[in-house]
Amino acid sequence: MKDQVRLTIDGREVRADRGSSILAAARDAGITIPTLCHHPDQRVKALCRICVVEVERSRTLQAACAFPIAEDMVVRTRSPAIREARRTVLELIIARHPLDCLQCARNLHCELQTLAERMGVREANFHRLDSSIELDTSSPSLVREPAKCIVCRRCVEACQEVQQVGVLFPMHRGADTVVGTAGDRGLLDAVCTMCGQCSLICPTGAITEQDHTRQVWEALGDPKRHVVVQTAPATRVTIGEEFGMEPGSIVTGKLVAALRRLGFDRVFDTDFTADLTILEEAHELLHRVKEGGVLPLITSCSPGWIKYVEHFFPQLLPHLSSCKSPQQMFGALAKTYYAERAGIDPADIHVVSIMPCTAKKFEAGRPEMTASGYADVDAVLTSRELGRMLREAGIDFADLPEEEYDLPLGISTGAAAIFGASGGVMEAALRTAYETITGSTLEVLDITAVRGLDGIKEAAIEAGGLVVKAAVGHGLGNARRLCELVAGGAADYHFIEIMGCPGGCIGGGGQPIPTTNAIRQRRIDAIYQVDRNMPIRKSHENQVVKTLYAEFLGHPLGEKSHQLLHTHYQPRERYPA
Amino acid sequence: MSVALEKLPSQLREQRLKEVDQVILRHRDRPGALLTILTEIQDLFGYLPEATFKPVAQALGIPVSQIWGVATFYTLFNTRPRGRHMIRLCENAPCHIQGTVAVLEAIQRELGIAPGEDTQDGEWGLELVSCLGICGVAPALMIDDQVYGNVRPEAIPAILDSHR
Amino acid sequence: MHLYRAHVLVCAGTNCSLKGHRAVRDALTREIVGRGLGDEIKVVETGCFGLCEQGPTIVVYPEGVLYCRVKAEDVPDLVGIHLLKGRRVDRLMYREPTRPVAVQTVPELDYFRKQVRVVLDNCGVIDPDSLEEYIGHGGYTALARALEDGPARVLAEVKASGLRGRGGAGFPAGLKWEFGAKAPGPIKYVVCNADEGEPGTFKDRLILEGDPHRILEGMAICGFATGARQGYVYIRGEYGLSISRLEHSIRNARELGLLGENIFNSGFSFDVEVRFGAGAYVCGEETALFESLEGKRGEPRIKPPYPTEVGLFGRPTVINNVETLANIPAIVNRGAAWYRSIGTDTCPGTKVFTLTGDIVNEGLIEVPMGMTLREVIYDIGGGIPGGRRFKMAQTGGTSGGCLPESLLDVPMDYDKLAAAGSALGSGALLVMDDTHCIVDVARVFARFFLHESCGQCAPCREGTLQLHHILDRFTAGRGSREDLALLGRLAKTMAGASLCPLGQSVPLSIMTTLKHFEPEYLAHIDDRACPAGTCRPPAGGMKPAAAGNGRRGY
Repeated sequence: MKDQVRLTIDGREVRADRGSSILAAARDAGITIPTLCHHPDQRVKALCRICVVEVERSRTLQAACAFPIAEDMVVRTRSPAIREARRTVLELIIARHPLDCLQCARNLHCELQTLAERMGVREANFHRLDSSIELDTSSPSLVREPAKCIVCRRCVEACQEVQQVGVLFPMHRGADTVVGTAGDRGLLDAVCTMCGQCSLICPTGAITEQDHTRQVWEALGDPKRHVVVQTAPATRVTIGEEFGMEPGSIVTGKLVAALRRLGFDRVFDTDFTADLTILEEAHELLHRVKEGGVLPLITSCSPGWIKYVEHFFPQLLPHLSSCKSPQQMFGALAKTYYAERAGIDPADIHVVSIMPCTAKKFEAGRPEMTASGYADVDAVLTSRELGRMLREAGIDFADLPEEEYDLPLGISTGAAAIFGASGGVMEAALRTAYETITGSTLEVLDITAVRGLDGIKEAAIEAGGLVVKAAVGHGLGNARRLCELVAGGAADYHFIEIMGCPGGCIGGGGQPIPTTNAIRQRRIDAIYQVDRNMPIRKSHENQVVKTLYAEFLGHPLGEKSHQLLHTHYQPRERYPA
Repeated sequence: MSVALEKLPSQLREQRLKEVDQVILRHRDRPGALLTILTEIQDLFGYLPEATFKPVAQALGIPVSQIWGVATFYTLFNTRPRGRHMIRLCENAPCHIQGTVAVLEAIQRELGIAPGEDTQDGEWGLELVSCLGICGVAPALMIDDQVYGNVRPEAIPAILDSHR
Repeated sequence: MHLYRAHVLVCAGTNCSLKGHRAVRDALTREIVGRGLGDEIKVVETGCFGLCEQGPTIVVYPEGVLYCRVKAEDVPDLVGIHLLKGRRVDRLMYREPTRPVAVQTVPELDYFRKQVRVVLDNCGVIDPDSLEEYIGHGGYTALARALEDGPARVLAEVKASGLRGRGGAGFPAGLKWEFGAKAPGPIKYVVCNADEGEPGTFKDRLILEGDPHRILEGMAICGFATGARQGYVYIRGEYGLSISRLEHSIRNARELGLLGENIFNSGFSFDVEVRFGAGAYVCGEETALFESLEGKRGEPRIKPPYPTEVGLFGRPTVINNVETLANIPAIVNRGAAWYRSIGTDTCPGTKVFTLTGDIVNEGLIEVPMGMTLREVIYDIGGGIPGGRRFKMAQTGGTSGGCLPESLLDVPMDYDKLAAAGSALGSGALLVMDDTHCIVDVARVFARFFLHESCGQCAPCREGTLQLHHILDRFTAGRGSREDLALLGRLAKTMAGASLCPLGQSVPLSIMTTLKHFEPEYLAHIDDRACPAGTCRPPAGGMKPAAAGNGRRGY
């Protein structure tokens, strides 16, 4: 039993672990204290001062999130003085916050708005002193609206400490203080990886995804366009949260049904090209091992990670798999293989992706992603944007029937589904690599060593006399640690999987808000459930993929694959110039 | 004195950046060196040219955003070239009640600039600042490193002249 | 050692130097050498003598005659009449405001008779650049004694002295040292807080300029008592002379083995490094100072943990103000009982004040704790100049409170001033006569905090903005009774909910002006009139500085 202390909160005797904050002790006792800057996965900041409480014998109010409990402490969380202080602070913040809630991407999903509603702040007593700082729309992935920034600094921690990219930081001081970039650059020029973790953790609409819904509506409304949609592995376990479903709800069939009702001509699955990625990548790995190529091979599915390595470790670019991400492979095939088979002019095909990711918007716009002669992917919607479109369309998501993906690009295996969680690509690749190397059947498919939320995970798989050493990192801070090992020659891995976002794509920057580590874990559990439910759980057993090779591509790493499914990378500046 | 690094011919610019390297080399191994380094870079250029942030960031292993964050926090740092002579006039109460406003008006009459601005010819920059710790001889101002106390509005032309 | 028959002490404090002490010094040296008196008379540049208003001042010893407002052209008379003929130069002698006779010598001055000089003992007396003179006046004997006594006795003595931190909060220094000493860990630090920024305060500057070794000695004793080997002085970047004096003194002390490895062969090693601020008042807050010293934005940390647990670079750190450390050598040498004989029971010792505003003797003084405001203003400060009326006095700088005439008899120490609704704070004392508008001054207070808030916590970042806006409306004749109510809400919230002492202290000065001078506020609001006649609607006074590029405009 842990060392506990006894204290009094609101007249009730409470026991809690020594070292707990008043906030935690009160919460455990069923007493809710309002918060704003607080986030369960982050360091205590105590900046918003909304959670102030009275501690007996303390001269001032104390922030409950930061103040440690002590034996015999007497705390009050409700009093006229506390109410006055909290309301005043909130009114002060609102006095400089734009009141265009109706036009805001975070309308009804804004922590500031929710708090104001909860505390019944209906009046604006203080003078409105509007911020005049400009909108930054330079990034293809994200929009920053600093006027809406309440300087809680969550995004700063996400960017500087979790992702260690270092774009966002507090600038100026006093009333001028605002989270900004080096020299007030637009995000496009600020060495941003576009991972979007800032947008995921922002309590307000100060950082949001670039909205592609309008162009998707336009495409859907254009009778000349053949609009096909692909759904990323992670989205099938998260979209439900946009409609109030529990985190970890598996909604694959409802997602398909919803997309049909929105008017997409074909509902396909990125999981199909995830399986294809495994075939290409597993062969690339085996090729490099056999031919003495550059090792370790590092995965390339995560566009935030790719941009990160281009900026920060350009010397490691030869380690990257040349495979395009499943999103881009899908686009390339949709406008070639599928166009041919369906007899549609690729010029008329409009490819929309449903992605957990903001960096996918940047990836879709990379100039090299046009191997079919057209942009592989025309529009990328994050989970959040799709949620908005479905709500606008009045689609009652929770009550939809379960429907199946369209053929042929909608067929996939359990190995593809687990792409959505950190370690999934590795696990899927090892399933295929093992059987490719040994020619025998892998009995235990679950490679649990690479699953879960530990920052860096390792595994060694013995296959036909070869011990394949693997490492998995998620979140760019962990990616940095692995990169430093590789760059320093201290990594004897064959294969490394890196996902730019903590937890992998289920924790991606485009996922429903809130996303916390606890929610990530529930999504991960759901992803592995999807895998277990699938009749086929190895990518190389995907019959449609086999057909694709037979009819169109030839063989993995073949000429056509090379042309359509593989890409190259470019070193980028580490410092904004 | 401000020298806009970006406007220097490239050879001279390289030379000046070498001086920055020297500053970095002198301090990089001391803990918490960033403020010291920025102070000395500003001594070299009269402001903090962004081109110098990259080598500082590299040496200290921090992102340039953090250098910007620090550079914009402290009032003595300028992130853009300022006037050749910086006038810092204390605006706090001890100076205020002894006539800061009249002194400010005199400076504005002479130079035609508001606080936060620089003269067109780049000779003068003006800032209102917090207490300079010379309140015993209020109102007080500093021009570059030179301190002036008991400043009367009618003395402003002569004070400015002595720096021309 | 050469003996001189006379010493001419020329005050070279910043304030006298601004009034042209250099020309006087040069003329003196020229004149003395020119008349062949170089072997008999020595000219010494000292730190601040205190009578800044009367500067440049010089004192001629052995008689101790004070000359005021001396100009270079007065020098031939000073040398010819005083130093050669032994007669005094009457026209340059100090005249007390209360009795217009020329005062003969320093000890006779009311200005000095009421003062007790512990911290300023050497200021205006020794050449601050001379380690020999500091030692000649008993310097570094306290360190030697401490090393002999051992850390426990030093700690006990400082604790017993009842010395309270002179930075403003008044926390018992001995207790802080004890926490530091008890903190576990092989690396600890001593930090001298010389980030003096409280408007109206210039004591630390003048102590550092006038007697830098006293601070180094105090730091070394603190390091010895608490187990720290490294000290830092964090000083404002604007304090050029203090910085160069300190650095010079550190070099000299190292050369003599008074700093560095194995001091006095005791096995104790201690060194000091000087670091500069870059313009941020908030860095006077101890944890913000650590952040700044670590090369970051000077933003206060959440407390607890306290500095003696987790301080500079994450190590246990004892941080003391300049004046606190300057008390230490005297306490060690003369004992806690002696120290307690000065001042009041709860606040022993002396306090250094800086007198500014509408007061005859603007300058630097040191008096026993508990002297009344009236005594300081009238007996030492010489009262209000120009026959004008006293309006209010602000103690503790812009973060302190304003006191009206009815409270002039409040004894000045931490507790009594707090009880009177103000604060002792840094020892700044700003006196205002009745020609000034209280609302305009409150707006200037608000502007200071608007400029100096670090912007980290919401109540202070947003509150300083609203506070300034509201006071600006008052002085522009646009205020309302509703604004007055908002002022009250802001004050309570900022004082109660702000993260650090800066934000918590913002309302005090402004709300005391409202408390004691409410009719003047109401005149601005209800009648759109400024009784003092200084507010000039619609804009009046200064406009806010133009916002720089990329800042949030407001």
